Amino acid sequence: MPDDSFSAMRQSIIDGAPDTASSLAQQSVASGIAPIDAINNGYVPGMHHVGEQFAKGQMYLPDMMASAEAMRAAMAVLDPELKKLGAERPMAGVVVLGTTKGDIHEIGKILVGTLLTAHGFRVHDLGVDVSGEKFAAKARELNADIIGVSALLTTTMRNQKGVIEALEKAGLRSQLKVMVGGAPVTRRWAEEIGADGYAKDAMSAVALARELMAQKTQSSLAESV
Amino acid sequence: MRPKLELLDKALIERILEEAFQLIEDPGVRVAPYVFDLLRGAGITVKDGVAHIPEALARRLLDLAPRGFCLYNRHGQPAVRYGGDDVHFDPGSSCLNILDPETQQARPALAADLVRLVQVAEKLPQFAAQSTAMVCNDVPPEIGDWYRLLLVLWYSEKPVVTGAFSATSLQTLLELLALEVGGHEALRQLPRAIFDVCPSPPLNWSEFASQNLVDLARAGVPAEIVSMPLAGATAPVTLAGSVVQHAAECISGITIHQLAQPGAPIVWGAAPAIFDMRTGKTPMGAIETAMLDVACAQVGKYLGLPTHAYMVAGDGRVIDAQTEMESGMSAVLGALAGINMISGAGMLDFLACHSIEKLVIDAEAIASAQRLIEGIEPRTDSLAVAMFAQTGLHGDFLKLKETRALFRKEQHFPSAVIDRGLPGVDGATPDILERARQRVEELLSTYERHPLPSEREQEMIAFAEREGKKAGLEGLPEILHPEYAPEPGLI
Repeated sequence: MPDDSFSAMRQSIIDGAPDTASSLAQQSVASGIAPIDAINNGYVPGMHHVGEQFAKGQMYLPDMMASAEAMRAAMAVLDPELKKLGAERPMAGVVVLGTTKGDIHEIGKILVGTLLTAHGFRVHDLGVDVSGEKFAAKARELNADIIGVSALLTTTMRNQKGVIEALEKAGLRSQLKVMVGGAPVTRRWAEEIGADGYAKDAMSAVALARELMAQKTQSSLAESV
Repeated sequence: MRPKLELLDKALIERILEEAFQLIEDPGVRVAPYVFDLLRGAGITVKDGVAHIPEALARRLLDLAPRGFCLYNRHGQPAVRYGGDDVHFDPGSSCLNILDPETQQARPALAADLVRLVQVAEKLPQFAAQSTAMVCNDVPPEIGDWYRLLLVLWYSEKPVVTGAFSATSLQTLLELLALEVGGHEALRQLPRAIFDVCPSPPLNWSEFASQNLVDLARAGVPAEIVSMPLAGATAPVTLAGSVVQHAAECISGITIHQLAQPGAPIVWGAAPAIFDMRTGKTPMGAIETAMLDVACAQVGKYLGLPTHAYMVAGDGRVIDAQTEMESGMSAVLGALAGINMISGAGMLDFLACHSIEKLVIDAEAIASAQRLIEGIEPRTDSLAVAMFAQTGLHGDFLKLKETRALFRKEQHFPSAVIDRGLPGVDGATPDILERARQRVEELLSTYERHPLPSEREQEMIAFAEREGKKAGLEGLPEILHPEYAPEPGLI
């Protein structure tokens, strides 16, 4: 009865229930459901629903954080199964996130990471007080598509520029997109420092990331032509 | 009777303090290496960057902090009294953007905007103090801290609420203040400025915040702890839990400060907010944010300390009914709570934007709040009977000498920003924004700058040119001084 299973998986994400999400994942593996089907037909639709409800103001941040936790719990079971099959989860893009050097604020960035994950991006969060060099090293290691740099303070906002410079120095700038955000950050600032995009909140960061991925795909298509 | 707002009963305050003292001991408070030796010297265990402060020691140090002190104006007269239930207001500070007076669209603030704001605030008696209100985007960021202060000192005689964004810029700011007042000892005796110092929630005194506390204490210049728990994000979701965290951050800050210099002036200040669970925003105009401000101040008052809070800010993106409803309510609640310094007027959009037009509207809300806390006085031996004895049932109270003698005490008269149907105002300008614009222009047109003694100005200019040059600043934006301007183009 995969349909019932998928529906329960979806619900475990909406309920923000990591234990249920994890045990349903284990059951699905045991009963021979393909991990990719569990992901695409069960868990991802749950996360989509959560994202939509949040965007409408009908779901709240603590609920969404719990849903993201449930998603992680399910993936902790299913990712190794996918690997065994030599497959990988389809994803919207690889994002490296972090708060800029000298800044220890990360609520906004965590929200962005949670929502990006909910929308199918593979997110690596470097945490706070991250140097440009660290961003560059991680981007190289993961072959990242997008770098997201957050800053809360007017003083540390300047270090967003330093991240872009570090990416240039590492010769990575042309291969990836940089998006910036944080309370003092404006579109104008993003343009001034040569970032590819600015988002004013977590939901618009998802839209921006999708747009940047589309741009990236187009430009690589153009190159290949 | 002075009307008063309290949100906590004694038993709850005691519980809040009990838990705050528990927190500063375990899990403790993250502190920076700058204060490790200072804390260890007092017997505090500092392990892995975390100080575990015993309650008994913290209580002794709280007792050393002064119950009150003054900020002085440029003439050395006391102009702001911290302590007790005195209430003062100042404009919000360090804002990046301004609502352009013409377009009413947010844009980066410039030095000229700060000067306009200072001139307007100088003319408004509702503001007992100025603030270094905006980040001037046309000034290199590395000298932004002291340049803002220079502009305020240049154009104002009122006390100043300011702050440093780094440990090194604090020394430059102190140097500038000492130049203005005539030396470091004079600055200690007659401080004109108070410095906001912010712990990072939860329970973290960063390197520059730790250093600011110590350096300010040793310089004898007042410090204002601005603890900002965000309820539900960087602090417990419950208002009571966030007030506990606020108290723990303030007590640990005062511990560091008083160990550096016992008896140095310090303020129990707050800029808390709730964390909106739908948007992740931190609404300054939310009623719960105002409740946090009032409750945090009440705990400080219980300990006998001077208080501060960040209020009178609204969250609308333009000057509209929401923005002003929130700002007005907040002004009234802050005044009723008897908070010594209430910062935030003029600000909107979650503190992202300043507006001079909003500042003059807020000034009207503040004036009403100030009238409110004057309360209702009997004023006459007979409250009403003696007046009735004169008028009988005719009701000609307008003619009574009591009316003429007392109406100015009883009634506050707002400026033309508030539409009371004054001839030439009603109908001609039904839009409050337009009336606010007119008020701003009127205040600016009557503003007159009072220069400092010329040798002091000369020293300040020389200082600013020297420090400015280091950051590649050309000329001194908005400092118009023909005698000392290096180039005619600057005048």
